Amino acid sequence: MTTQPAVQAHGLVKRYKNKLALDGVDLMVPRGAVHGLLGPNGAGKTTAVRILTTLTDADGGEARVAGFDVGAQPREVRRRIGLTGQQTAVDDLMTARQNLTMFGRLFRLSKADAQRRADELLEVFGLSEAAGRSPKKFSGGMRRRLDLAASMILAPQVLFLDEPTTGLDPAGRREVWEAVRNLAAQGTTVLLTTHYLDEADKLCDRISVIDHGRNFIEDTPAGLKRRIGDERLEVVVSDPAELKRLEELVARTLGAEPVLEETEARLSVPVPDGVLALTAVAAEIRAQDIEVADIGLRRPTLDEAFLHLTSAAAEPTPKETR
Amino acid sequence: MTTTMTPHSADAVTAESPGSRLLWGFRDCWTIVLQEFTHLLRQPSTFAWQIGFPVVMVLMFVYVFGSAMDVAGQGAGEGYVDFAMPGMFAMTMALGFMDTAYAITHNKEKGFMDRFRSMPMSGSAPVTGRALSDVIRAALDLVIIAGVALLIGWRSGGSLGATLLAFVLLLWLRLALIFVGIFLGLCIKNTETAGMLFAVAFPLGFISSVFTPPEMMPGWLGAIAAWNPVSSTATAIRELFQTQGMEYLEPGYWIDGHALTAAFIWPAVIMLIFVPLAVRQFRNLSR
Repeated sequence: MTTQPAVQAHGLVKRYKNKLALDGVDLMVPRGAVHGLLGPNGAGKTTAVRILTTLTDADGGEARVAGFDVGAQPREVRRRIGLTGQQTAVDDLMTARQNLTMFGRLFRLSKADAQRRADELLEVFGLSEAAGRSPKKFSGGMRRRLDLAASMILAPQVLFLDEPTTGLDPAGRREVWEAVRNLAAQGTTVLLTTHYLDEADKLCDRISVIDHGRNFIEDTPAGLKRRIGDERLEVVVSDPAELKRLEELVARTLGAEPVLEETEARLSVPVPDGVLALTAVAAEIRAQDIEVADIGLRRPTLDEAFLHLTSAAAEPTPKETR
Repeated sequence: MTTTMTPHSADAVTAESPGSRLLWGFRDCWTIVLQEFTHLLRQPSTFAWQIGFPVVMVLMFVYVFGSAMDVAGQGAGEGYVDFAMPGMFAMTMALGFMDTAYAITHNKEKGFMDRFRSMPMSGSAPVTGRALSDVIRAALDLVIIAGVALLIGWRSGGSLGATLLAFVLLLWLRLALIFVGIFLGLCIKNTETAGMLFAVAFPLGFISSVFTPPEMMPGWLGAIAAWNPVSSTATAIRELFQTQGMEYLEPGYWIDGHALTAAFIWPAVIMLIFVPLAVRQFRNLSR
């Protein structure tokens, strides 16, 4: 087998009527990696996935998936990829097993092979007991797992997941994450889009942050978090008069300068090791007998992170910002 | 989730020659047809509702309005079953394009079209499969409505050959309109809009010779109705069924006198226009 990357894109451009959806996106995903495309809604994530899965023609740039050119050899690409799109594309009027058998047939397996593969996949994705039921009655996580199974018929080299957990409850998200991790552990290259920072953090080896159709930053989850900034410890006191006392306490315990929001009776401080800081401060608060309304760790939201990253990226090279 | 996956590597899938591609195209198309029929078997109520509409229309028009209709100048209600039934057949065929459009829009909206298009299957199969299953469905519809018609006293006066030709003409019209349905289905953004196609479909069905001879309508409306492709098919099959009383009805429009020819040509013209449009719209999906 060749050692070329599973996904390689250079300068992808896509124009819709009056909007530039992609403005020169580059991507490189080595075989076996789990790569995240992170960005706010409208950043161009889905457009990039649509181009890489041969659904949409690019207006510029080039892309190779599993070693084949998406524009020139779409058939070869399609044989080697699986796609789980934003909507769960399973047929509610057929049973789970009938769904997978049909997709197996469309992937050109013989009837017997398609049925065997359907049963295999149902087992792998923990759906054997639901095989004879319609996905209409499934939980969100189960539907998504069936959807994933349908894109795994040929055990694709590259699996594309477009916002795999959007709209799922926490339990459903965990189910899908586990399924994706298992696929990755068996060597499937995964390219997923998400606008959840924690999802990218939990699943991906590397993350490309894109915004306004352009590459913004590429890094490991740890590196990205470092750039975004640490977690913050937040404490809200019941009696605003106690805020000063709390400030001294936190400054002494953590050796850092907290920020006060007097109107909210809130104190916050960046902490490199959240759990350690939380327990230390909590213990001190108890010892000093300060009445606290709320205490907790907060990670910056993606929006805050973008704000932070954009301002950070703009500062060192002001000439390059357009 | 500890079972290992049997690898079905892509390289095991044999490469295709142009001949085998055609063969695979047929097989993929058939897989989609089977999908449609699985729906039918698993949810017969939907089918019952869809077929219920024309059946109720038959009963309503024949028994509610029919008693006041004097289409052949033989007195109110006389021979209306024979006049209305062929119209009913034609209208069922005409309105069927809504189901086609709805199904295509639904597939697009639910991400099916994307999934299919990202698979190594025949690219046109989702659409050709739809067309084929709709023709089969239409034949099934006709059998059921003909059964109801026979029960309420309709008979074909034509020979077996002529009667069969009439049903072929009906399916010919349905086939042509399937491409209109596919085109519209691909254009329409969501299924809610597809549901509103009734507003287009109703005039297409009613401003025709389906329930009333165009000669009995105001001049301008009568002309539109007479030139409606649905009218040509309805009039042609009335001739083939040798509907009683038709001989009293003077053809008021040129096309009425050439209904049989028109029933062949109209659907062909519709396809000449809408097949390329549908193909173009399908290709536009990748834009």
